[in-house]
Amino acid sequence: MAGNPKTLFEKVWESHIVAEPANEPVLLYIDLHLIHEVTSPQAFEGLRLAGRKVRRPDRSIATVDHNVPTTANRRVIEDPIAARQIETLRKNCADFGVTLYDVESLRQGIVHVIGPELGLTKPGMTIVCGDSHTSTHGALGALAFGIGTSEVEHVLATQCLPQGKPKTFRISIEGELPEGVGAKDIVLGIIGRIGTDGATGYVVEYAGSAIRSLSMEGRMTICNMSIEAGARAGMIAPDETTFAWLKGRPFAPEGAAWDEAVAEWRKLPTDSGAQFDRELTIPAVEIEPYVTWGTNPGMVVSVTATVPDPAAEQSDANRRAFTRALEYMDLKPGTPMEEIAIDRVFIGSCTNSRIEDLRAAAKVVAGHHVHANVRAMVVPGSQLVKAQAEREGLDAIFREAGFEWREPGCSMCLGMNPDILQPGERCASTSNRNFEGRQGQGGRTHLVSPMMAAAAAVKGHFTDVRTWEFKNAEVLA
Amino acid sequence: MEKFQTLTSKVMPLDRVNVDTDQIIPKQFLKRIERTGYEDFLFFDWRKDAGFELNNPRYKGARILVAAKNFGCGSSREHAAWALSDYGFRCVIAPSFADIFHSNAGKNGILLVTLPEDQVQTMLDRASSRDGYTLTVSLEENTIRDEQGFETSFTMDPFRRDCLLEGLDDIGLTLRYAAELDQFEKQHDAAFWVKPQSTEGAQA
Repeated sequence: MAGNPKTLFEKVWESHIVAEPANEPVLLYIDLHLIHEVTSPQAFEGLRLAGRKVRRPDRSIATVDHNVPTTANRRVIEDPIAARQIETLRKNCADFGVTLYDVESLRQGIVHVIGPELGLTKPGMTIVCGDSHTSTHGALGALAFGIGTSEVEHVLATQCLPQGKPKTFRISIEGELPEGVGAKDIVLGIIGRIGTDGATGYVVEYAGSAIRSLSMEGRMTICNMSIEAGARAGMIAPDETTFAWLKGRPFAPEGAAWDEAVAEWRKLPTDSGAQFDRELTIPAVEIEPYVTWGTNPGMVVSVTATVPDPAAEQSDANRRAFTRALEYMDLKPGTPMEEIAIDRVFIGSCTNSRIEDLRAAAKVVAGHHVHANVRAMVVPGSQLVKAQAEREGLDAIFREAGFEWREPGCSMCLGMNPDILQPGERCASTSNRNFEGRQGQGGRTHLVSPMMAAAAAVKGHFTDVRTWEFKNAEVLA
Repeated sequence: MEKFQTLTSKVMPLDRVNVDTDQIIPKQFLKRIERTGYEDFLFFDWRKDAGFELNNPRYKGARILVAAKNFGCGSSREHAAWALSDYGFRCVIAPSFADIFHSNAGKNGILLVTLPEDQVQTMLDRASSRDGYTLTVSLEENTIRDEQGFETSFTMDPFRRDCLLEGLDDIGLTLRYAAELDQFEKQHDAAFWVKPQSTEGAQA
């Protein structure tokens, strides 16, 4: 090996430096720019005002996801402001020559689901999107991060971004994961340990045997929530799992080009002896099925635990934050998490709406019925996920159990479309943020894995999926 | 972008940790396609509480916000910076900020100052206990002082500081390196494994 040992992040970073001006941030080249309706209109308008073009329409791909209805007739948007925003994206893409996967496209879906599944996302790339969950794409060994609208305009105009170099943080999960515990639990477990600002200023590389044994869907769930610990990005070294998953996808190279690409991608993993600015190791055996109890993703406990007591907190700031969160969530300290009854279940979002997530939830649901007090919905992450699930008969399992089976979009993760919680409603959600009002003003969100959400839908309250009575599971084997 | 040099203003304290951008501006206001007019949506849900700081006449006209750690976490929505700026805030002082919010604020001429927790607490306490508490923030001198003898200096990234002091347009700055960009892109495009296109190409 020539030169100093390097991390995965450093290799990707260094291969994208356009210029390194003295006393200024590095100018970083961006390979792929993903665009959606919410954070792009002002950026395109900025280009128009300055008389600029999109420098690389071929490196830009757009879809509609945040505002779109998840009901059958997707062209009918009753909110005129949302309708105008979607129309604006259509016009911007047409005017500037950017490919748009619109609601009728079989490739439409949540931007962070379609990027990887179309093979647009590849190891070693730099990827940005005006959306904080862009960190998802790091699961394939890309450096991917969320940006604001001014930066969207910057990338449209120049295909570059001035970037200060982040620090590196390796989080290793070692050992075999317990049964009933999955990727969502790993990432909730990490955020619970380091806090919502525990990785601010860092790019996190997830490593260790438990990470390597995860599917691509699981890896995406983990990288997706990197931002919930404040990280600039999350990354996982590409390996055989990555290559097997990527091969044959529409934008993946073919034939000799594929072999050449894989040879390049094999050079990406962190070299042995490479130094990280910070390291943390968590034994996989310590990971449990988690449920958030508060108003940020770091406010999380095991499903077998009780609602924490603010009085036990060390700092005055935390005591006040905990008290305020419990008040908003209408919970009392000491209440067993398993006794908390729910009104709604949402299975979806860029965190947990991929085929494996739906399979895991369907396995729990099969042969059971949604509790009488619960309204539950499944929103697949993309048209391709939806079609695959329907081929596998998952839609029938969900429908028979009493779930609504919807069209793809961001939906109730952030409630920009009509899918929202009513004030006071309590939801078991597979999404990524339990902030106040996130899923609807006054709504109360508990973040869980797809299996935990499915089990809660059946029981009407949280329950430990490790003790679940599976019925008809053989049909899904 | 408006330049930031020296600002003397009343202060609004917001002593809550981890204020996320969903609170700074809720999602229903992200459907607009305009870049201005977000002032009425700032802290929209929290404002419904009569006791919330934004409703307190004591802080009316404040252009400096003093906040607790991890301010601006969560969503990348630049609307959070637009709402603060449209309302009149030009400076936020806190022990720490989330990364994306930090970048968004800078692009909108909002100065973010990171200071140790005890100094921020001093300002929070003074702002909430006396009428008309005023700070002077000088980016030219990298100092903050109040009228009761509190004074401190701060550091920040020199590039970000220059951009704010001069009100520089980021895209214009990047285009100084147009030749390097052309050169890089020519070589980089040959690396097909990092290109989005396949033989199939894009098809909507």
